[in-house]
Amino acid sequence: MLSKVAERTYWTARYLERVENTARLVRVYDNLLFDLPRNVNFGWYNLITLNSAQQEFEERYKVQDERNVVKFLLGDEHNYSSVVSSLKLIRENVRTTRDVVPEETWELVNELNLYVNDNLQQGINRRKRHEFLDGIIKGCQQIQGLIYTTMPHDAAWDFLRIGRSIERADMTTRILDAGVSAVLQLVDDDNAVNSRQIIWGNVLRSLGADQAYRRTTRTSVRGDSVVHYLLEDKVFPRTIAHSLYIILISASRLPRSHELVAYMEELQLNIFDDADYEQQGEHLRDYLNDLQTELGAIHEKIASLWFPIYE
Amino acid sequence: MRKSQSHGCGEQSMAINWKDYSSAEFFDEVMSSPGNARKPAKKLVSYLKTLSEEDVTARKLAAESTIKEMGVSFTVYTEGGNIDRAWPFDIIPRTISSKQWETAAAGLKQRLTALNLFINDLYHEQKIIKDGVVPEFVLKQSKNYRKECEGIKPAFGVWAHICGTDLVRAGDGEFYVLEDNLRVPSGVSYMLENRAITKRVLPELFEEVDIQPVGDYPARLFDTLEALSPRRVKRPVIVVLTPGIFNSAYFEHAFLAQQMGAELVEGSDLVVQDDCVFMKTISGLERVDVIYRRIDDLFLDPEVFDKNSVLGVAGLMRAWQKGNVALANAPGAGVADDKVVYAFVPQVIKYYLDEDPLIPNVETFLCYDDKQREYVLANLDKLVVKPANESGGYGMLVGPHSTKKERETFADLIKSNPRNYIAQPTLALSTAPTLVGKNELEPRHLDLRPFILQSRDTYVTNGGLTRVAMKKGSLVVNSSQGGGSKDTWIVDA
Repeated sequence: MLSKVAERTYWTARYLERVENTARLVRVYDNLLFDLPRNVNFGWYNLITLNSAQQEFEERYKVQDERNVVKFLLGDEHNYSSVVSSLKLIRENVRTTRDVVPEETWELVNELNLYVNDNLQQGINRRKRHEFLDGIIKGCQQIQGLIYTTMPHDAAWDFLRIGRSIERADMTTRILDAGVSAVLQLVDDDNAVNSRQIIWGNVLRSLGADQAYRRTTRTSVRGDSVVHYLLEDKVFPRTIAHSLYIILISASRLPRSHELVAYMEELQLNIFDDADYEQQGEHLRDYLNDLQTELGAIHEKIASLWFPIYE
Repeated sequence: MRKSQSHGCGEQSMAINWKDYSSAEFFDEVMSSPGNARKPAKKLVSYLKTLSEEDVTARKLAAESTIKEMGVSFTVYTEGGNIDRAWPFDIIPRTISSKQWETAAAGLKQRLTALNLFINDLYHEQKIIKDGVVPEFVLKQSKNYRKECEGIKPAFGVWAHICGTDLVRAGDGEFYVLEDNLRVPSGVSYMLENRAITKRVLPELFEEVDIQPVGDYPARLFDTLEALSPRRVKRPVIVVLTPGIFNSAYFEHAFLAQQMGAELVEGSDLVVQDDCVFMKTISGLERVDVIYRRIDDLFLDPEVFDKNSVLGVAGLMRAWQKGNVALANAPGAGVADDKVVYAFVPQVIKYYLDEDPLIPNVETFLCYDDKQREYVLANLDKLVVKPANESGGYGMLVGPHSTKKERETFADLIKSNPRNYIAQPTLALSTAPTLVGKNELEPRHLDLRPFILQSRDTYVTNGGLTRVAMKKGSLVVNSSQGGGSKDTWIVDA
């Protein structure tokens, strides 16, 4: 497999995951803001902070309101991580790697791209937003399903899995961080307990993990337990432990990966050592931040091992 | 004919008015006279007559959305950047009888066989020149003759492995060769996609009519390329070398690589070591056996040709000259792609094969000849003037549609470089019924580009890419100049 093709396949998976995650996130926020008491200061702008996109946002918009945030995340071509930008990049990547992904991938990507561009205006308005976001999520799942059911488990498959897992793990750390910071912002009044539960419930929902969480932990929705679950559970596909495991398995199937595999094995053993689930404050936020940095380091190792060298 | 769907009653509005369709003095591919379809088109036309206005509109929309979903596009270069345009497509197919096509196909094989013998001769003994059949200066002044190719012996003596030959039908209904494209001919993916679209848009007809399939082209191309491998290995590594995403034919490069299961590479993915070509993979370097290159000769190798080329690979020519990698088409094959050489093809066929050409050339005036030039200069308003080495319909003068000033410019150009110009009578290109505006049927001029493959075996596509001049009265069919296309049906009738 060409190094260039490996790189593009990896990024296809990352952007595809990003599109789905962004749509999920906005959908959950829609619900969340209906549920929280009015005095809770928990705004749409958190979605910008969570994506570390404050600077890009401020260059484009003056007002940090719902409309601008949603527009920035879904429809802004100047935002590299927006749904439209990610889809454009998916299209460019698939277009140049059509020979290694299932044939219909290209058609499905075009369909999704057309759907988003045709319905974008309605999607930004709140009335039709839910339906629009559902359409995006379904479109992504259709592509994932196609890959899952018809793609041989070759090198391209492994690069798709690695890309998807890194992006997932990254998004999970960001959503957890958003949860922690929202809880920290709560005023300690009568509503606080209730609000905490709503926030953590929505953290789970934004990762599609609420049902799995309840079945696995058999406890109520509490911060320490949710964070522990989303970091360390081995079988739920969006946890950090599971994502790292998939990266390790796929890397071990690819050529010249001994060093990376050894590194990942070591990481698996001690990555959760510093997590303190009892102290849900700045310490946890620092830890999540370190996790993000670690994921960036894994990306660098993958790139230098298999991707083309740019002079 | 099978009753279709549920329109039932006979009073629906007829969208297509076939009775009034007339192509005046031109040969029409589908209709022989108003209201009467030619034999290969009979079932097609009687089916289309059953469609109501809404049906036709629905089918047109279906074609448009299919094209968008399949992502069939080509790139147009404009001042505002490159635009990916959806492929302009007319849903009414163009039909040719299989019997007539058999002769044309045999003629195309004959032509490419002779052209390859000719190219091989030019890079070795040059017998045809010594025997005075083709004048020496034609070769001496050819822009596409490459000294670097002299003495090289490509497999099977074949230089042009993939050829796109443009055929036209004139008023007499016979095929003529308009030009041969022996460098990097494009369009075959659109031929394949046109068929895929038509199958979705007019599925009923494929049950009724015996239409020869076109889908085996990628497999044939693969066989053609595989036979060229210098290493006798079981699974030679074949790559398609593209200039990249900004090339107007990128869609086709990716499409063909995918269909053949070959790697799609850019120059930066390849490297030459010890006179062998390798590609950069996740496992390290992997040897490449056959390169289907879609970049021009002059960009192939910065060590030999254009020093600034970033599209090619340094050392590629060395590897090819040593026989360590096959290039298709071979460098230098374009020498026979010259429009002055074109004029000599009938003699070339006679010389190497001792046969008469099965498909005639269009009458051609060579401007280097004093007498012919005089005629051309006196008749610029009636002729089409073409530069000898351009492609894509650029740099042409279409006499009857030209201004006085344009004719004066061309007269000067011809006088200053007569070798570089040829002229042909303005052809009464055949037409076919095409949907324009709001479901109106009008004749539009068209041509046909079949593709011919040659290495161990020779293969001709069933039909080819029909290109349509979508503008009323226009004779220019190139997609870069507002042309569209139709599916091409070779029909047993």
